[in-house]
Amino acid sequence: MKLIHPVTGWLLLLVLALAFPFLAGNDYHLTVMSTAYIYAIATIGLNLITGYTGQYNLAHSGFMAIGAYTVGILTVDHGMSFWLAFALSGFVAAGIGFFVGIVSLRLKTHFFSIFTLCVGYIMYLLIEKWESLTHGTVGIMGIPAPENIGPLDFSEPRTQYYLVLFFLVASLWIMHRIVHSLLGRTFMAIRNGDDLAQALGINLMRNKLLAFMLSVFFSGLAGGLYAGYVRFLGPGVASVEHTFDMTMYMLVGGIGTLLGPLLGAISVPWLTQYLQVLQEYRFVVFGPVLVLLVIFLPYGIVGTYLNRQRRKAALKTVPPAAAPEAGSSTPAPKQGANHA
Amino acid sequence: MELFLQQVLNGLTLGGVYSLVALGLTLVYGILHVPNFAHGAFYMAGAYAAFFIIDKLGLNYWWGMLGAAVTVALISVVSERLVFHPLRKAPYLHHMIASIGILLFLEAGAQAIWGADFHRMATPYNQILTFGGLTMPAQRLLIIGAAFFLVVLLQLFLKKTVTGATIVAMAQNREGAALVGIDATRVAMLTFAIAGALAGMAAVLYAPINLVYTSMGHLVITKAFVIIVLGGMGSVPGAIVGGLIIGFAEAFGAFYISTDYKDIIAFALLVLILSLRPQGLFAKGAH
Repeated sequence: MKLIHPVTGWLLLLVLALAFPFLAGNDYHLTVMSTAYIYAIATIGLNLITGYTGQYNLAHSGFMAIGAYTVGILTVDHGMSFWLAFALSGFVAAGIGFFVGIVSLRLKTHFFSIFTLCVGYIMYLLIEKWESLTHGTVGIMGIPAPENIGPLDFSEPRTQYYLVLFFLVASLWIMHRIVHSLLGRTFMAIRNGDDLAQALGINLMRNKLLAFMLSVFFSGLAGGLYAGYVRFLGPGVASVEHTFDMTMYMLVGGIGTLLGPLLGAISVPWLTQYLQVLQEYRFVVFGPVLVLLVIFLPYGIVGTYLNRQRRKAALKTVPPAAAPEAGSSTPAPKQGANHA
Repeated sequence: MELFLQQVLNGLTLGGVYSLVALGLTLVYGILHVPNFAHGAFYMAGAYAAFFIIDKLGLNYWWGMLGAAVTVALISVVSERLVFHPLRKAPYLHHMIASIGILLFLEAGAQAIWGADFHRMATPYNQILTFGGLTMPAQRLLIIGAAFFLVVLLQLFLKKTVTGATIVAMAQNREGAALVGIDATRVAMLTFAIAGALAGMAAVLYAPINLVYTSMGHLVITKAFVIIVLGGMGSVPGAIVGGLIIGFAEAFGAFYISTDYKDIIAFALLVLILSLRPQGLFAKGAH
């Protein structure tokens, strides 16, 4: 009943992505795609804590800014090489995430969201006001491009595209490994009901904290890539609106699935590209879209498709062993689709 | 001493505005258990509605305020009907995301109509009053007076009228309220209307000493969240006291610590308090 086998599907996507620079007409298209990939990495991170673990972190773009400023400050003010600073970016975000996590994860549901919203504001305001460290509203200019590795010249748009793509594929693969492991199941158990999860002997705090740190690690890494790609940083990177953007990517594609956030993060920027008039006012359209999605299509494109497949499979009463295979690109079991 | 009193007055001004916004938020939370992120956009919509009435239609300030209250109450009720009502049985995450959708729509809408510029709202109360060493712009006194008046009015409405009592009843126990024949739909709409009207009026009071711009609601709403978390979600007295605490903390913080960091104070306070007491300052039971 499946359109294509998941592995074939992912390989097809990879081939398309590898071929994209040769199909794209100009560098501008490459820029749009690379930026979309960077945000896709951050969205994959947000999906781990929100889609799989059920905690909506509104400081996510703040952590992306931390990763970006780690690279910006270390390369511009301290002359560190990009690669070294970039390697640190994810860990700095996860390190700060540890301290934010131990405080914020004691709160549940929307209290957690409100708390992280405030944390995000503190990050934004600190970046804006702490001029001696972050250059304030002027921003950090002239961040060096990644240094060449052998024959690879990372000032070329095409090599940059492949660099970003490499990290996107790596992130997706790691995320695939996480959500298919016992750890991923643990996260989903917490999402589906933390009392039940606790009764099963799951240490809530430790697992939520781990999910949170992993999630912001991806965000920090995306921030580091962003710094090396855009090569200019302002406090705006930390703005909560970027978290809202990522939320939309997640919802359009399908929250709590692997493919969904990727699909959303790539398709929505392209849609806005083609509706140029909308650039600035995109939320006049996307705000209501977000509401309609939540009301009528809460599992997004991928989630709805998978649910339908599962229903068909259940109707045909296939042998139970085959049923879990149906959604191997998304490990959420049927009742698991009831996330949040 | 005069400087100190000056800060007290500033604190009262800020506290008044914050209390009005937080009151609407806490009322809606009490009824629906929804943290309404769109409330900040309602606040912004109120300022723009009044700006339009005063600047374009040439009516006076009080018509502006009335217009803002009515407009925002309408927007608020419509969003309850179209968005929150269909979602009443959905998980909490969906509520939050939907309210963010409304917020983004209203902000982008205001920007599409009025542009990204900052606007100044005219007020008839430009005088500077002085009482022995204390200087006070009349608009600030108006804010304090009006906020006090509205808070008292709201209290009387909730405590002394049957309609007000239905709101309180529903906040206390939804099923119980339904059992004694309270129409949940009507109460929800009424609550959203009151919350919207309060946010709209708060915006019109505060806009003349601030400015009118599309993201003006961001900080106010985030602080209002801080206030109702501190004061206990759904608690009316908590919102008033919390509003004053944050108002004073900011006024004194800006003066004695640093103007640059005054906006962080409220958030730092929340982080500090929730780190020590995850259940909030006045709330009973854990969140």
